[in-house]
Amino acid sequence: MTAQGVLELTVYVVVLLAAAWPLGRYMARVYSESFVPPGWLALPERGIYRLAGVDPSAEMSWRMYALAMLAFNVLGLAVVYVLQRTQHLLPLNPEGLGPVSPDSSLNTAISFASNTNWQGYGGETTMSYLTQMLGLGVQNFVSAATGMAILVALVRGLKRTESGTIGNFWVDLTRSTLYILLPLSLILAIALVSQGVVQTFSPHAVATLTDPTTDVDGQSIAEQPIALGPAASQVAIKQLGTNGGGFFNVNSAHPLENPTPLSNFLECLAILLIPAALCFAFGHLVGDIWQGIALLAAMLLIFLPCLAFCYWAEAAGNPAVVAAMDSVEAISVAPATGNMEGKEVRFGIASSALWATATTAASNGSVNSMHDSYTPLGGLVPIWLMQLGEVVFGGVGSGLYGLLAFALITVFVAGLMVGRTPEYLGKKIEAFEMKMASLVILIPPALVLVGTAIAVTVPPGRAAISNPGAHGLSEVLYAFSSAGNNNGSAFAGLGANTPFYNLLLGVAMFVARYWLAIPILAIAGSLAAKKCVPTTSGTLPTHTPLFVVLLAGIVVLVGALTFLPALALGPIVEHLQMVSG
Amino acid sequence: MFSELSRQLRPALIVFLALTLVTGVVYPLVVTAIAWTLFPTAAGGSLIVQEGVVRGSRLVGQPFDDLRYFWGRPSATGPFAYNASVSSGSNLGPTNPALIDAVQQRAADLRSAHPGRGTIPVDLVTASASGLDPHISPAAAQYQIERVAAARQLPAEQVRRLVEEQTEPETFGLLGEPRVNVLLLNLKLDELSAGTAVGQAAGEPANP
Repeated sequence: MTAQGVLELTVYVVVLLAAAWPLGRYMARVYSESFVPPGWLALPERGIYRLAGVDPSAEMSWRMYALAMLAFNVLGLAVVYVLQRTQHLLPLNPEGLGPVSPDSSLNTAISFASNTNWQGYGGETTMSYLTQMLGLGVQNFVSAATGMAILVALVRGLKRTESGTIGNFWVDLTRSTLYILLPLSLILAIALVSQGVVQTFSPHAVATLTDPTTDVDGQSIAEQPIALGPAASQVAIKQLGTNGGGFFNVNSAHPLENPTPLSNFLECLAILLIPAALCFAFGHLVGDIWQGIALLAAMLLIFLPCLAFCYWAEAAGNPAVVAAMDSVEAISVAPATGNMEGKEVRFGIASSALWATATTAASNGSVNSMHDSYTPLGGLVPIWLMQLGEVVFGGVGSGLYGLLAFALITVFVAGLMVGRTPEYLGKKIEAFEMKMASLVILIPPALVLVGTAIAVTVPPGRAAISNPGAHGLSEVLYAFSSAGNNNGSAFAGLGANTPFYNLLLGVAMFVARYWLAIPILAIAGSLAAKKCVPTTSGTLPTHTPLFVVLLAGIVVLVGALTFLPALALGPIVEHLQMVSG
Repeated sequence: MFSELSRQLRPALIVFLALTLVTGVVYPLVVTAIAWTLFPTAAGGSLIVQEGVVRGSRLVGQPFDDLRYFWGRPSATGPFAYNASVSSGSNLGPTNPALIDAVQQRAADLRSAHPGRGTIPVDLVTASASGLDPHISPAAAQYQIERVAAARQLPAEQVRRLVEEQTEPETFGLLGEPRVNVLLLNLKLDELSAGTAVGQAAGEPANP
């Protein structure tokens, strides 16, 4: 660990909070019922409603809201599937790529509709420019907007009293896309191009090598093909929308997807920007900014130690590699002896560890280094952050609604201790809400553990493992932690582009997204119908340091109790093997 | 429930088509138009074109193993190193014997090519994330100076000055790591050896 590295991480957190504050204010305005965009900017929105026959003032019950959400998502999923299967017949395919296999297409369609963006394929060798733009790029926007819409519906449920409705899905979806995701993406995309992120419809370039080389068969290679494409527009939204699906195979480790330390800082900032800003927006929307700050504080309370731990583990490096370097004298120029396998020189250890922590705290899943080559403890951090249920920042919208489910559990546990009916923001939390919140908290661990157990039991599951020993189990555990919590990053050595993994992980991603979204909307509907109970001296305040610690404690405890046995067999035992040589 | 669902089908379809048009067609085209107006070279992949020949991208590394050139980092792309149409890391785990063997082999090769040099910088024995890393650390460049100077029969001091010129510091003294772009350094070396400056690097003509 270096002083410059620590300073870089500190500056990151400060800039993140400073940028999230005004954005949160703005988002709260967009979601308020009285919001009207200035001048002609309102025309596209009004046009969409007129064509679609949507009355923007018509409200929906929670069931209707869930149906609209599902219909929209299934439609999007189907379109992405068809685009992949027919891309060889469609334009904007300069490399002449063939159709994607049925199981991989289904996996990818679920993956992008569910805001997971798990990638079993390599972008530059699989997807045509049209599939990237019209299929994957569109889902990057609308899957993120879906998450934000569900969150806003839940906030309305908390805020309203004796109401049968929780808003209009079409309005929440359209506004999230047009007024939040689109302008931010436009700004970020242009900033990224200025740094060198490629944005072109030309076919791949071919360079003449300065020093010709040979391939594995001894054939002489005099030219270097260079994959290009409209990457910047897609990279911007994949970072902002906690999507994470890279344009190229190695995602944001690719120098044309993330060329400089500044582009890296901006992309990394974009990972947590909207999830952090939504906490402030939540505070504004419920009329008490401290409620939002408390949730953000609970997230930071878990995030910051994980960040420090990951940075420390990677900077400490791999003793076996250091021994092979025959390193007797320390060298003064960074990178010294940190773990550089699977990392890029322009980022070094600090920026790579920061990204790995941020991308798995949020359910982004993009990478700027190869997590599979992390030290055992450095790789433990991303796995565990996903296993916590993607509520430490989490996905845009989905992270905060997940954490609100944990908040309900927290007031319930606190209520049990003092023997009172629990309340959150003036709403009584009763059996129905607790059942739904329990579903939200229990489904992802079930998907992760059962999925991992199946995969390591059957031959097609084990055949895909690329690293021997305990690390092999970590690869499978990582895959299901990622899919079962809609993250999308991978220990990429796992050869997961097989029918077995495409289908099993596809099911996990689908269930993790929609079987959580529907209970959340059910909670929203149930809370909206309730009266507001007055605050008394017996009410647990939910904006105090006590509540913050309690909430973070519940999140950590559930995560630790559920996953410690599996982690002990994977990264922890591998760490012990590594240090003992 | 089915009548409720059927009432949502038209909005689902129309809103989906409208948002597809906005985010999947208009947005990437607007980004492309602005990108090619403001940053044409960058938008085209930062290609280095000399006398009509594409020499590479200033952002994408190339394989070098001649003694007269600085060497970049090990690359895990197939079927040859630095294949920029299939980016890939090694994905070898930290305790995988294949990783340790590879690191030991690279260290042995480096030691025999650089007799008398001490500790090998870690970035020269580990594969990059993308397989296309254009950079090495300043330590890794300094490690190779004497070998390159001897192969080119140039004074080591002259090569050292070139390395220092080509070393980029951390951005704002804060972000990322100091680094040396191997392709740009080697192109400069060739200029130095040829004794004549080759034409300036320029971008491809703007044609998105």
